[in-house]
Amino acid sequence: MRRPRIALAVGATLVGAALLSALVGPLLAPHSIGAVVDLDVFSPSSAAFPLGTDYLGRDVLSRVLTATRYTVFISFVATMIAASVGIFFGLAAASGSWLDMVLSRLFDIVIAIPSLMFGLVVITSLGASIPVLIGTLAVVYTPGAFRTARALALNVAALDFITVARSRGEGLSYIVLREILPNLIGPLAADFGLRFVFVALLLSGLSFLGLGVQPPYADLGALVRENIAGLGFGAPAVLFPALALASLTVGLNLTIDTLTGGRKATR
Amino acid sequence: MTALVRLSGLQIAACKDGGVTSIVRDIDLCVEAGEVLALIGESGSGKTTIALALLGYARPGCRITGGEIEVAGHRIDRMDEAALRTLRGRVVAYVAQSAAAAFNPMLTIMRQVIEPALVHGLMDRAAAETKARGLFRALALPDPDTVGDRYPHQVSGGQLQRLMAAMALITDPALVIFDEPTTALDVTTQIEVLKAFKTVVRDLGTTAVYVSHDLAVVAQIADRICVLRGGTVQEQGKADQILHAPAHAYSRALVGAAAPRVPAEPIAMPPPAPGEAPLLELRDIVAGYGGLDANGRPKACILDKVSLTIRRGRTLGVIGESGSGKSTLARVVAGLHSAAQGYVNLNGVPLASRIADRSREDLRRVQLVFQNADTALNPAMRVGQTVGRPLTFFHGLRGRTRAAEVARLFDLVRLPAAIADRLPGELSGGQKQRVNLARALAARPDLLLCDEVTSALDPVVAEAVLDLLVDLRRELGVAYMFITHDIERVRAIADDVMVLYGGCQMELADARALGSGPHHPYSRLLMASVPHLKAGWLETTMDPFAPVPGQAGATADGCRFFSRCALAMPGTCDLVRPASLVADDRLIACHRELAEL
Repeated sequence: MRRPRIALAVGATLVGAALLSALVGPLLAPHSIGAVVDLDVFSPSSAAFPLGTDYLGRDVLSRVLTATRYTVFISFVATMIAASVGIFFGLAAASGSWLDMVLSRLFDIVIAIPSLMFGLVVITSLGASIPVLIGTLAVVYTPGAFRTARALALNVAALDFITVARSRGEGLSYIVLREILPNLIGPLAADFGLRFVFVALLLSGLSFLGLGVQPPYADLGALVRENIAGLGFGAPAVLFPALALASLTVGLNLTIDTLTGGRKATR
Repeated sequence: MTALVRLSGLQIAACKDGGVTSIVRDIDLCVEAGEVLALIGESGSGKTTIALALLGYARPGCRITGGEIEVAGHRIDRMDEAALRTLRGRVVAYVAQSAAAAFNPMLTIMRQVIEPALVHGLMDRAAAETKARGLFRALALPDPDTVGDRYPHQVSGGQLQRLMAAMALITDPALVIFDEPTTALDVTTQIEVLKAFKTVVRDLGTTAVYVSHDLAVVAQIADRICVLRGGTVQEQGKADQILHAPAHAYSRALVGAAAPRVPAEPIAMPPPAPGEAPLLELRDIVAGYGGLDANGRPKACILDKVSLTIRRGRTLGVIGESGSGKSTLARVVAGLHSAAQGYVNLNGVPLASRIADRSREDLRRVQLVFQNADTALNPAMRVGQTVGRPLTFFHGLRGRTRAAEVARLFDLVRLPAAIADRLPGELSGGQKQRVNLARALAARPDLLLCDEVTSALDPVVAEAVLDLLVDLRRELGVAYMFITHDIERVRAIADDVMVLYGGCQMELADARALGSGPHHPYSRLLMASVPHLKAGWLETTMDPFAPVPGQAGATADGCRFFSRCALAMPGTCDLVRPASLVADDRLIACHRELAEL
């Protein structure tokens, strides 16, 4: 019983820190995001620059605080879209046979395209704006949400209380929304959290390839890429953005695991 | 005699959400060598937990927190896992409730039966196999020499249960634990297994702990009985004393619940007006799965030409073992399964075979109550809402009127109105089944289809639910189709009884006529298979599997019961479907004359 509680505390702290910097980070930043404030580049941590400076002599702390906002905001919106579309179609597919066939094959086609390749093609042709990024990420992760929602709904739809509702003559929308959906909230929330992590990582991957958020703004993945030359010097400029990204994903995973695990144990 | 098994001051606790709950307290028990001790109690009484403690095992989340456990001179409570491993299966063996789940489907039976002997290095493979065959013979298994070469799915449930006993006995353990070994079996199979267990326990002089909730089963096999409730011993004593002179109030309640029910007072119903159509009428219903053949019969035929009528306010009991098609019958009436042939009339008007084609009024009149209230109630919905939904759906009630009606319904099923805000997970099994009933009653139906509604409940709770059904019928005048495998329950609650076997109607009789006069051989077998609360009953009852030589199976057109029938006439019964013999209060589908039955 002890370990989950510690895990939850650690996870919640990490996620809370990420959310806090996404909300108020730019206000806390000591310097403007694009301002070159140091004559040296890749300087180590000091009182003036707690996380050092980057390859142009900009303050890394300010850049990380601002970049977290982009990473969290873009990932959240993209995940939200992917999850809502996926769950809507997933539940619809679980209740009708021909609809299930059509939707499942359609999403199978999307799944068949490698996600990074898909991102590269779409973004190079449409340009790397934030709406395009969000749309691309949402399309890539909708089929997964669809499959999860469909599988969960099929399990619940086989239970007796659904049969009782059907034998009463209830309509499809009542059965799906009032009888099935409330039973899926727990697992769907867990799936949402996991999907958020995947989206954040793909976004960082795209940014690392130079197709993500464009300069002077940057997300965490872009910060890692632009400072990659500092890796040889052990510069904090490349380590801390990577660390921020890692702590966000690890924290979120810990939180989800303990929340859903706890739910299972009390049931 | 010295005690072979000794428990003193046993304490077992469950750790949950950081807290520790004591689930078994201060158990003092002794079992002498060669004795069978029964642990009896309802679910949650700790009977299985105590039995597992004899193996030094506590289920995940539970811990043995105190007391001494001694089996054949070994102090189980002081042993570590490694020492326990050398003991389990050799000194103490375990027979689980579900043999189907305990056998590995990928290995032959013989390999699994002799495994305990090989693991503990007690004998070589050849010796173990010889010994296993001897045990198969002692357990009255068919083809004892070759049954071991089969895989678990190739033998019946009752046979698998006996094979599991062979697996337990192969090491000549000092103690065998039987954990509800016959609970999941049909009544006729249960007898066969009980007889085998009893013979083998007597012949080998095995010491056993027999866990069960069924007092009548325990009466057949136990020397001493220990009554448990809420993790403590209520009473223990000789089997005769507990059965005939129980001292503790709870033991008396258990014995009372196990005794045959007094049939409910016949309810005076106004005689049907001449020409009034019966409430429900089924004619020659054929239903099943798979496509239809040239004659319009489904490939897997579950119901074959079943006809019945239920008049307003009457109760029809439908009895049969698993696979007899009784649940499919309810599904056909409820519109969940379309019949391939035949028709269903409600108040003389044909009922559409699919839900989508039925009017809301027709749907309202027939309500289905499921066996398992755990899955029949939406776990994410407050029970007040569950019961209120049909009120809105069928009667358009909302807001305060609906809440008042929900409260009235809860009162009707003897539940406190405050329960409406709870989730099903916060209710006991009996309460859930009452909510399940209240939801069906909310539609104000004319007919309730009750599918094994009391089977999943403890005997004392089941009795209370049955009482409620009888009361509701008197108050509301609803008719029931009461589906069950338990002929005693049906006799107490029903007006008419239909016996199904293999999807065919064997007998349709007045409930009061059961037990006297002529009956179908299968009905007789069912009635003779219900355990009586009397030691020695097992030896005197008829043997359901008395070998009937040369009766392999009937053709598709023959009587379904042919292969198990003691009165079968080869050349007739296996070739031709019997017509119904008509007496004034019964219909029997048999080739024999009434006087012969």
